[in-house]
Amino acid sequence: MDFETLYREERPRALATLIRLLRGFDLAEDVLQEAFAAAVEQWPREGVPGNPCAWLVSTARHKAIDRLRRAKTFAAKQAEIAYSSETASSPNPVDETFPDDRLRLIFTCCHPALALEAQVALTLKTLCGLSVEQIARAFLVAPPTMAQRLVRAKGKIRDAGIPYEVPGSERLAERLEGVLRVVYLVFNEGYAATSGDALVRRELCAEAIRLGRWLRSLLPSVSEVTGLLALMLLQDSRRVTRVDAQGELVTLEDQDRSLWDRGQILEGESLAEEAVRRGGAGFYALQGAIAALHAHAVRAEETDWPQIAALYALLLRLHPSPVVALNHAAAVAMGERLDRGLRLIEQLERTGELESYHLLPAAKADILRRLGRFSEAAVEYERALRLVTQEAERRYLERRLREVAAAE
Amino acid sequence: MTTDGPFAETREQLGGFYLVEAKDLDEAIKLAAGIPASRTGSIEVRPIMPTPPIE
Repeated sequence: MDFETLYREERPRALATLIRLLRGFDLAEDVLQEAFAAAVEQWPREGVPGNPCAWLVSTARHKAIDRLRRAKTFAAKQAEIAYSSETASSPNPVDETFPDDRLRLIFTCCHPALALEAQVALTLKTLCGLSVEQIARAFLVAPPTMAQRLVRAKGKIRDAGIPYEVPGSERLAERLEGVLRVVYLVFNEGYAATSGDALVRRELCAEAIRLGRWLRSLLPSVSEVTGLLALMLLQDSRRVTRVDAQGELVTLEDQDRSLWDRGQILEGESLAEEAVRRGGAGFYALQGAIAALHAHAVRAEETDWPQIAALYALLLRLHPSPVVALNHAAAVAMGERLDRGLRLIEQLERTGELESYHLLPAAKADILRRLGRFSEAAVEYERALRLVTQEAERRYLERRLREVAAAE
Repeated sequence: MTTDGPFAETREQLGGFYLVEAKDLDEAIKLAAGIPASRTGSIEVRPIMPTPPIE
């Protein structure tokens, strides 16, 4: 059997098919190599299949599926997509626009032919290594729903033959919204992990901040870019104080503020100010400003809650979202009156939009507890406990439940 | 597009008070002093349960 001839004849067609199927050059090449190795072993024993090319493609494809299931990290998928995007833009193989490879890939992945949500979800999955469960949590939907949406988005790209291309600098703006949300949600998964024992995943926060810095160097005059970087630096400045030595959750009021990262706070505050000063403060710039108010308070009781509540009211008007509404209610409870915050949460509850979000009953329980309505608080803690998926948060809620149950 | 986000007002703000049983304000202050955060920050002591009249 002349494998060299077979290799030469079958390889290009098999590879072309695999690149189309796998949408990645490196991966296709690697798994095809593995399929050839399997052929060298099997064919002399079992005979050459009727259609060698089809055999190679299907064997390679199975190997690719196994591999993709195993590879969960950023790095594992980076090379492959890097290559496919480079080949797609072969007229200009050296792209000077992007300061960072991964950022370029995120821009490439946030394909404008897809709906914004699908762009973000698919990029988080293919490039950032987030699991379906984590992405589902980020979009407040059940994991099976998100799995379906991801399949549909991939199908759309496949069926329409949409190529992965590095966008030119004049077309960055149309992809920016998706890119910002990708970075924001990678940060969010690090800031509060979906599941597992560790509440904070520092490496994800660090990665998101790194991407945020590259984004700012690429688009220094876009206030939303500046605002997002400010927000991440400020929320991350508290990382060492948010859990204690036993891994238990520590609330803002109880954190040792002398251990907050001063350098990061100073940088974050100045960026937050810059983002707001430019005018037209948007989704990220406003959240950056809110984070700056927390960071500014030397003691918990000096927190400017009325100002935070006012910024949330503005954020809610500009970007209506049930999650923003919930945080607005919490800020109103702290800044104005507990019962007013409680009423806002009850209104939100009636819409049913956050029915699987454990922080709604958790926030409600907290306000009820502060009001001394312990038996009602206990009911809400129990509801939150049925929804929570993160172990440190679960232990925290259980501790609170025991306290209110003892107080009844 | 509705997504979750890194909001401190719900993620980090929840809670923050300890419920203790104390026979009077002095005992409550003593108990509060034992809470780790009292070394670095400050703690406010508030009555939240009806207390029996002091003879």
